[in-house]
Formats: sequence, C-alpha cells, structure tokens
Amino acid sequence: MISSPTTATSVQTSLLSVRGLSVEFRTRTGIVQALENISFHINKGETLGIVGESGSGKSVLALAILGILDQAGYVTGGEILWSQDTATCDLLKLPEKRLRQLRGQELSMIFQNPRVALNSIRKVGKQLVDVLRCHSNLPRSRLKARALELLASVRIPDPQQRYDAYPYELSGGLCQRIMIALGLACSPQLLIADEPTTGLDVTTQATVMNLLKELATEQQMATVVITHDLALASEYCDRIIVMHAGHVVESAPTHLLFSQPRHPYTAKLIAATPEPHKGFEDLVPILGSLPDLRREDLPPCRFVGRCDRADETCQQEELVYRQVGGEHWVGCWYPLEE
Amino acid sequence: MTLIQPIKRPSSLAQARYIVSENRVTFGSFLLFFALVLLAIFGQAIAPYDPMASNAAVALSPPSLAHWFGTDDLGRDVLSRVLVATRLDLGIAVIAVVLSFGLGSILGTCAGYFGGWCDRIISRIIDTLMAFPLFILAMGLVAALGNTVENIIYATAVINLPLYTRVVRAEILVRRDAGYVEAARLAGNGHLRIMAAHLFPNVLPVMMVHISLNMGWAILNAAGLSFIGLGVRPPTPEWGIMVAEGATYIISGEWWLAIFPGAVLMLAVFCFNLLGDGLRDLVDPRMRT
Amino acid sequence: MLQVTGLTKHFPVASAGWFSRGRQSQALYAVDGLSLTIRPGESVGLVGESGCGKSTLIRLISRLLEPTDGSIVFNGADIGQISVGKFAHSAERARLQMVFQDPSDSLNPRFTAFDTITEPIRRLGTQQDRSRLRQRATELAQQVGLPPELLSRFPHQLSGGQKARVGIARAIALNPTLLILDEPTSALDVSVQAVILHLLADLREQLNMSYLFVSHDLNVVRLLCDRILVMYLGKLVETGPVDDIFNRPQHPYTQALISAIPAFEANPHRIPLTGEPRSPINPSPHICRLYGRCPKGDEHCQQVAPTLQPVSDYHQVACHYPAPLS
Repeated sequence: MISSPTTATSVQTSLLSVRGLSVEFRTRTGIVQALENISFHINKGETLGIVGESGSGKSVLALAILGILDQAGYVTGGEILWSQDTATCDLLKLPEKRLRQLRGQELSMIFQNPRVALNSIRKVGKQLVDVLRCHSNLPRSRLKARALELLASVRIPDPQQRYDAYPYELSGGLCQRIMIALGLACSPQLLIADEPTTGLDVTTQATVMNLLKELATEQQMATVVITHDLALASEYCDRIIVMHAGHVVESAPTHLLFSQPRHPYTAKLIAATPEPHKGFEDLVPILGSLPDLRREDLPPCRFVGRCDRADETCQQEELVYRQVGGEHWVGCWYPLEE
Repeated sequence: MTLIQPIKRPSSLAQARYIVSENRVTFGSFLLFFALVLLAIFGQAIAPYDPMASNAAVALSPPSLAHWFGTDDLGRDVLSRVLVATRLDLGIAVIAVVLSFGLGSILGTCAGYFGGWCDRIISRIIDTLMAFPLFILAMGLVAALGNTVENIIYATAVINLPLYTRVVRAEILVRRDAGYVEAARLAGNGHLRIMAAHLFPNVLPVMMVHISLNMGWAILNAAGLSFIGLGVRPPTPEWGIMVAEGATYIISGEWWLAIFPGAVLMLAVFCFNLLGDGLRDLVDPRMRT
Repeated sequence: MLQVTGLTKHFPVASAGWFSRGRQSQALYAVDGLSLTIRPGESVGLVGESGCGKSTLIRLISRLLEPTDGSIVFNGADIGQISVGKFAHSAERARLQMVFQDPSDSLNPRFTAFDTITEPIRRLGTQQDRSRLRQRATELAQQVGLPPELLSRFPHQLSGGQKARVGIARAIALNPTLLILDEPTSALDVSVQAVILHLLADLREQLNMSYLFVSHDLNVVRLLCDRILVMYLGKLVETGPVDDIFNRPQHPYTQALISAIPAFEANPHRIPLTGEPRSPINPSPHICRLYGRCPKGDEHCQQVAPTLQPVSDYHQVACHYPAPLS
C-alpha cells in the first residue's frame, strides 16, 4: 500500500480527494493496468495541472472521476471523495442516478478536439439549451436568453448569430469556447479540462486559457487542467501532478516543480521540452518507452526501464510516496538532490 | 552490411487460424461455404439418382430411406435435384456478383477519385438504374434479352451495379485526401496506380462484406426470377423453380417438394451473410495482431 | 534552388463562406501573391496559424496542387507549369519530397513499413531487384533509427515515433535536395519529439538537404532553422534570420505569436490579438489583412495593403508601422 500524499487535514478542506484509485481495462489481449494507486486532492478555487505523456493515464483518470469510463474499464480500488456543503460522499459508491445529477451541475468536463466533441448535427445554441434544460430549473422561455448570456460570458462575438451556427461553421477557438460555455452552464464547483488547447493555435491557446482562468476566479471554481504541455501547465496552474504509466510520480506547487524537480522523469520532461533559451544540445530526449501495461510482472516503479538511477530496490520494493517539501511529494527511492 | 535480416510476413494460414479460433460462428459459416462449393463441384457425382430420371411409379412419395427428400410429381428424386441445382444457383450468383463488382468498382473508383464531370455522369447513370424497382428491371431485362440462364446473369449483374458503384465511390471519397495518397503522389505514382494499388485495396475490406451479402441476394434474385418462370426452364433443376413447382403441392400435403429446396436456399443465403463478416476480418490488416 | 514568385491559389467557394458571409462570395484566397527563395543547404522555417495557408503553400510547392497563378522554379526548371499528374513521372519528383504531419494518416494501412519506404524507389528509382531493395530499406531504417525487424510491420503495429521514422525514411529514400516537413513532430510526445528533432538535424547534415520546415511551434522552428518566414492569411508578413525574428520581431502579428508561446518563467507580457481573423474570401486588396485584430492600425492601413519592405540586411516586414517591442 503506497502511503498517500493526501494528509488528513487536506481531506477536510479539499473539494475532491482521490485516494488509492486503481483502474484496469479488460481487453482481448490482456488486462491493462491503466491506473495504480492514484492519490491527490484539489481544493476549492484551485487550478491543478495533471501533466503526462500519451499513455500516462491522465484521460482515464478524468473519466474515472466522472464515472464515464469505457465499458471495458473497471475501478479496482480506491475512493473518490467529493465534499459539498460539509457533506462528503464517495463518487464511486453513488448510484448512477445521483451521479448523473452531479455531472454537469457540480462536476463538469470539457474535452479535447472541440469540433469533434460537439454534436455536429445540432446547432450550437440548441446544445447549450439541452444542458440547461437538464440541469437547471429555468422555465422554457428563459432558456434561450440564458444560453445567450453564457455565450457572451465566454466572450463570443455576436452571440445571436453564433447561436444558430453548426460546429463545422466555427473555428477551433470558437468551438472550444462553446465547450467551455457548455461546461460552465450550471456553475459547477469543479471543471475538468482534458487537453483544452490541443489542436488550437498558439494565440487561440492563450485566449482560451486566459478565459478559463478568469472564469474560474469569477466563479470560485476549481479547475483540473490535463495536458501534455508542461509549459502551458506551468503558466496556468497553481499545483501540478506529473503522471507516468499510470502512476503519479511527483506532485508539487508549480514554481517548486520547475525550479526543483525531484523525480528523474519530471527533470527529463523539462529537459526535453524546447524552450527559447535552449540550444539544440540542451534538448535531451528521454530514452526507452512506456512499459507494456498488460504485463503481469510490472516493477513497482514503472519508470525503471528508462531511469539511469534505478537499482535493485526500485525493481523490488513497493514504491513509497515521500514528502520532500511543503506540499511537495515524490514517488521515488532516489529523488534528485535539491 | 553483410547479414541482411530477412523480412518475415506472418503466414496467411497462421492469420486464418487466429481469426477462426476467435469466432466460432464465422468458422461455421466458412465450413458451410466450403461444403456448398464442394457440392457445386461434385454434386452431380454424389447425387444418388439421376436428377432428370422420372419414375412415375414413385411419384410424390414422402421422404424415406430410399429418397431422403422424397420425390416430385414426375418421380424424380428431390435430393438429387437439390444437390445438382447447387452448381447452377451458385454459379449464377458468383458470376453475376463478379461482373457487377468488377464494373461497379471501376466506375465507382473513377467517379470518386476524379470527381467533376466523371462523377456526375456516372452518378446519373446509376441514379437512373436505381429509379427502377430493381427486380422489375431484372424481369424486364430477361424478358427483353431472352429467356436464358446467361441473361439472368447479366440482369442480376446490372441491377447490382448501383450498390457497388455507390459504396466504392463513397469509400474512395473518404480516403481520397488521406495523407498516404499524397505521399503516394510524391513517390511518383500516377493517377491509375494510386487508384488501383493504394486506394482500392483499402476499400476492399468493406467491399468484402457487401460482396458476401450481395451473393446471398443474387442467389435469391436468380431463384426469384426462375420462380416466376423467367430464365431457367424446366426440367433443369434449380432451387427457385423447384420451390415454384412445389408450391402448388403444399396445399395437398406434399410439403417436401417446396420445403427442401427452400431450406437449402435459405441455408446458402444465411451462410453468405455470415461469411461477409468473417471475410472482412481476414482482409483488414488492422485485425491482424 | 527554389524560387517562388507571385504564387497564388484560389479555391472557388459556391455558397456562404467561413463566417456566414453573403452569397456573393466567389473565391477563397488561400495563397495570395507569395514569393520566397530557398538556397541550397538552407533550412527555412514557415510559421503561421491554422488557416493562414501554409498547408496550401507547401502542397503547391511540392506539386500536389495546381497553382492559380505565379511560378515555381526548382533547380532551374519551372515546375509550376507541369501538371500534378505529369509531375509524378518527371525527373524533379525525386528531388522534392515531403514529410507529413500525421504519421498515422500518411502511411497506407495496407502497406508494411518496408513497402512504404521502398515505394519511391520502386516508382522513381532504378533498383527493382528484390534483394537490393531490401538492402536499401535496411540502410534507410538504420539511418533513421528504426530497428530493421520492424520493417515487416503494419502501421497499426508501430508506435507514433516509429511511424514518424518510417515517414522520414520514405522521404529521404531518393536523396532529395529539398525536403518539406509539415509539422513533423506536432503529433508526437515531447520525449519522442526531441529524438526526431535530433534525427532531422543529423540527416540534414549527412544528406546535404535543404529544409522547408513548417510548424506552429516556434520553439522547435528556432532550433532547426536558419531563416524564418511568418505567414498570415495567404501572405508573408515578416521574413528574416532566426535571431532577428525572435529577438527583434517588428510585425505586430509576429510579436503576438512570440508572446503567446507558453514558457516556464512567470507570465510573459501578452499581446492580445482581439477578434477573429478576417475572411480569406475575396479579401480587399487595399486593406491590411491584420487590420481589426492589430493593436495598432489606422486609416492608412485600411487604404493601402503593406508589402514586404526591408528593415535591415535580411529582415523584411510587411507593415506600415513596423517597430520592435520596447
């Protein structure tokens, strides 16, 4: 049992607390251990970044929290504690009906690739109205007006015209803003943004992220930003957790993570990211590749094959999360020096 | 560089074995298909009686040990007739489907790839064909061209043309702008090569399902035409004719004249329908892992 | 080596345009009177956002599309005049190759890696002998860092990085003089990206190729390119050596682009570009394309569209009020 980086006190103040979550996928070719013993928490109004490469399990994590995993996905352990108005419940144990009420209303998600995520044969305005009709108590006559308000709140120019548009008629940036409007329609407490900027231009990216940040502050909303773009996470998130092959390897406040990365993977990720001041020689690739998560003999630390600091302990001993600073936790036997 | 690693491809047999082990139903339909093919080839040889030999003495006798499927109104053994008919029915269906698949693929690929006038002309021709109720069209064609087996084949091929042309055209349209098509152009492939060697093989898996389903339909079509008296003439044994002739005897209680040919017909169509899915697994490389 | 002059491409648009404009729209000006040069051995970066026309531009240059107007001169031959169908068989085809953006989309799902890599050799090269082909394929695989055992695999059996390498091996199979790279690393993870970038840099030296490197990721472009072209709505707005563009950008669009790059330091000064891009359909030749979104902009910008003017030795800007950031 890995000791959790979520302390007792943080459970009391946190909005969402994930403890020891494990998810597996049962497929034809084997059981894929997508997530193992994931623990983290997020507080009200905070922006948390979940960073990892493809295959790290970050999207699976988001889907598991919302309870919309694929049919082949099974949660094999852990709990997801949701605190609202001093009452706490475990999302994994809630009946589907209750979960559906929560989804969209308190817990919301926006997906990557906005044009694909929106229903392409329904007008954009209608999709907004759908959500409002489902979750709010507004009378029918007020629904359209509220939808227009939402469109304006995400800074969409000319909302009247856009209301009747189909997704294919709008640019990527606009579609993503519509998605955000959809996600925020019922003023949720927590918004999970799964790769909100992938596929968007750099300038649009900046606009979208600024918008998210503003709205989050306005509505006192907690945000989880899932991304593979480290630099993006560093700019917009208060805290970051780094994932690798279904494990959380490091979690820390942003400035600490980048000034003092303690896990070898984090350091390598930072080193491999092109930056304005880096020359070509500074760009260091990460050797090796993700282990096959279907194997039954996975080592306790899944970074072992790619790590130059690994030794016997890493291959055999159960990984233990250790606190190396204020809110700084690392899952490594030989974390980097300060 | 002295030692070149030979490039191994997984053998087709190994692949087939994998697919088959995954899906019992497909395996069953494959077996049935082979049985039908064998029957088509060897039906004549294994039939216990001469399908044309009439024997008034045993006319209309129910199924028995001597005649497993009974005998018809002229005393001919129904089992033998059903077995021998396999070759004709399957033959008609296969040739018709091959013809319409061949022509339809060419038309559809050109229409989808070139677009513009080529597409417009071909699509309008196909639309015209589709404007007719297809079976009536087939009837009309056979009636106009003459009441022979050849003409059934042509008629069936013509009325199936729209299906292939449209499906191939749609599939080509989807893939026409794919990266690998552009890459193929960069590699020096002309239009014809791209259509034939790059685009069409990717369309093939989808077409396999259509071909198989269509085969079942073609058999029914041929049987249907013979049922109403067009195409195959008595005394040639053919499932459709046998059902037609046997239909009049059902009321008087001699059920075996119509039921047995009908059941075998149904079995054949059923087999092809299941086969479609299995074939698609085999042909699509994405399934090969 | 490559000289493009006044290149233009219009796409006829029948009904309402991108942003639901009226029905009188006629043509989408994807590339509008663009000129550029690439010298032998040079690595040129082309940056611009989606919708700026860079995909169209590279497809024009690599002869996958017919230009509406303008000339493309490659190695002395006016290849713009040769139709797409005929160019596939011409001698210059082998000299001009491309690496595509999405490795999954650019590999034929029914071809093994071996088939894909040897396709150009079989079509355009002289070697038809099976064993020589195998030899060459293995050489290429090693050159791009692809384990030769993987040559018999299909694309769906390869990882993203491996597919990217197959695409690169295919492109260099015939030793092209100009290699166009269409966002070759944008679909890859950061760790794989670094490897591929190193590979591309090495290959360029080994095979003495010129690169036309298209990307929206300015950090990447900065590493591999000597010169940068910034494109916006079908036109070049700024061109110059890498250092000049990054350290002293003078066009408002370039400045906005560079300030939008996320970085590990604290929030840099952001230059907002408000609103949506102008419609590329029947654009007025008198108005600057950036007008409306530009933080600057006045009467003059609405009356005369700016053209590329030199601001220093090799640095050109298309703006009436170019100015470095203070």
